[in-house]
Amino acid sequence: MMNCKQATRMVSAGLDRKLALSERLALRVHLFLCERCTHFARQSRFLRQAAQAAARRDKSDAER
Amino acid sequence: MTLPADQQLADYRDYLLRYALYRLRDEAAAEEAVQDTLLAALQAKQGFAAQSSVKTWLTGILKHKIIDAQRRLCRDPFQLDERVDEDGDSSDFDSLFDTQGHWGSEAPRNWAKPEAALEAQDFWRVYAECSERLPKRTALVFAMRESLGLEIDEICQNLEISTTNCSVLLYRARMSLRLCLEKNWFGLQA
Repeated sequence: MMNCKQATRMVSAGLDRKLALSERLALRVHLFLCERCTHFARQSRFLRQAAQAAARRDKSDAER
Repeated sequence: MTLPADQQLADYRDYLLRYALYRLRDEAAAEEAVQDTLLAALQAKQGFAAQSSVKTWLTGILKHKIIDAQRRLCRDPFQLDERVDEDGDSSDFDSLFDTQGHWGSEAPRNWAKPEAALEAQDFWRVYAECSERLPKRTALVFAMRESLGLEIDEICQNLEISTTNCSVLLYRARMSLRLCLEKNWFGLQA
């Protein structure tokens, strides 16, 4: 059974590469049972959204 | 089209500086890249004739200088403390987990309406501060991946680091940013 530390690494890896089926299944089971790692997964996706928004802000600053 | 005068080149300095700073996250390196660009521009008179605009031409040169600078930043001996083990060890976040690898007292909490934060000026101040706390190389890899949307393979090639190394730096960036944002923004929102 995957622990939270492994799950956070898997969540992060999943944002950068396609996970293998076995990895996806293990992660899904963990997230189903673990609210805190579910927060982590949602927050990691939010960081991507924020980084992209930050880039747009920087860009419009640069072009002003 | 004729070669722009020195003064005209200098007019683009601010734009180029912001462009470089955004990609390099390091003021000294950004200034150096822009100076190299302007110098190369003044020397390469013939290269300009075929280009559509001065800005495009300069940005083109700058992009190459930025890649060189990114490589240098990654090899900088002062950044050695950031070197990661090839086995992907991220022991610096061990304190967040108990001996079984489960979350300790600083476990992620629910963030209420995170999208709304993107509209708040104050949030961006906190975001900038949290980003600046990241070690330079970690911040650079995170920006290349998440802001520029580069694939992990491209990042590795550009920076001449291994895929594992790249993944560890991205993991650290995410762990560190979310912790910082929770402490300084989301945890404080009633």
